[in-house]
Amino acid sequence: MNGSQRIPILKVGRVLVVPVQVDMDDRTVIGLQERILSELERTGARGVLIDISLLEMVDSFIGRMLSDIAAMARIMDARTVVVGIQPAVAITLVELGLELRGVDTVLNVDEGIKLLREEFGADDESGDDDEDAEFQGEWHSFGEPRHHA
Amino acid sequence: MESRAITLESEHDIVVARGEVRAMAVALGFRLIDQTRLATVTSELARNIVKYAGRGRVIAQAAQAADGREGMRLIFEDSGAGIPNIEAAMRDGFTTGRGLGQGLPGSRRLAHEFEIESSPERGTRVVVVRWI
Repeated sequence: MNGSQRIPILKVGRVLVVPVQVDMDDRTVIGLQERILSELERTGARGVLIDISLLEMVDSFIGRMLSDIAAMARIMDARTVVVGIQPAVAITLVELGLELRGVDTVLNVDEGIKLLREEFGADDESGDDDEDAEFQGEWHSFGEPRHHA
Repeated sequence: MESRAITLESEHDIVVARGEVRAMAVALGFRLIDQTRLATVTSELARNIVKYAGRGRVIAQAAQAADGREGMRLIFEDSGAGIPNIEAAMRDGFTTGRGLGQGLPGSRRLAHEFEIESSPERGTRVVVVRWI
């Protein structure tokens, strides 16, 4: 296997949900970072939720990617939450000397969505006054190019 | 237990190496946290080789201490240009590339034993041991 693997980016309400389900090579990590930023710009999402509960290892490269995404997303007025860090991964990260600067971490996806919604305020939850309304309760995969209204 | 050599010359080899080392750590009876430490050390040091030396290899083998303790030894070798200033490279935050400079000092903290030798003539060799 070579080339970059495809990590899905799903839009749920005003949040981009990124389930990382495979051990990523460096190119995939860089590609994912770029795709998250372009999806933020394209969709106007206000939050990024990166689920790494299936990742058995986070090294300094992936850790830096998470910090960078949070910093870049903040500049684009979006907040980043990383969910589901395994305890062994958390211990290793600290021993490595990585702080995941600027990244909020929570234990599961529910908590992550809650945190991001609190951040936007209750008004954004209804989604009835903006173009995102059609996305409520629906999961869209942006893994493949597709047309959006 | 056998010894395994994994060639390191592409980004994908880094993923292969950390997966193989984790599998071997499982087989040797390491607990989850130590499997994670060994996989992470492998990822850091394998990336150094691919990024700075271009190619090299990691040898993973079972280890036994004089007092009978069992563990795993990882030998990372390349014949690249070497590390000009090892002392600086072992400090947190030092980097010549795009990294955060966590690779070498971080790896040392994840291991029980850590030795590094490097010269422009012979390249770089890092030996890491973690006991069960």
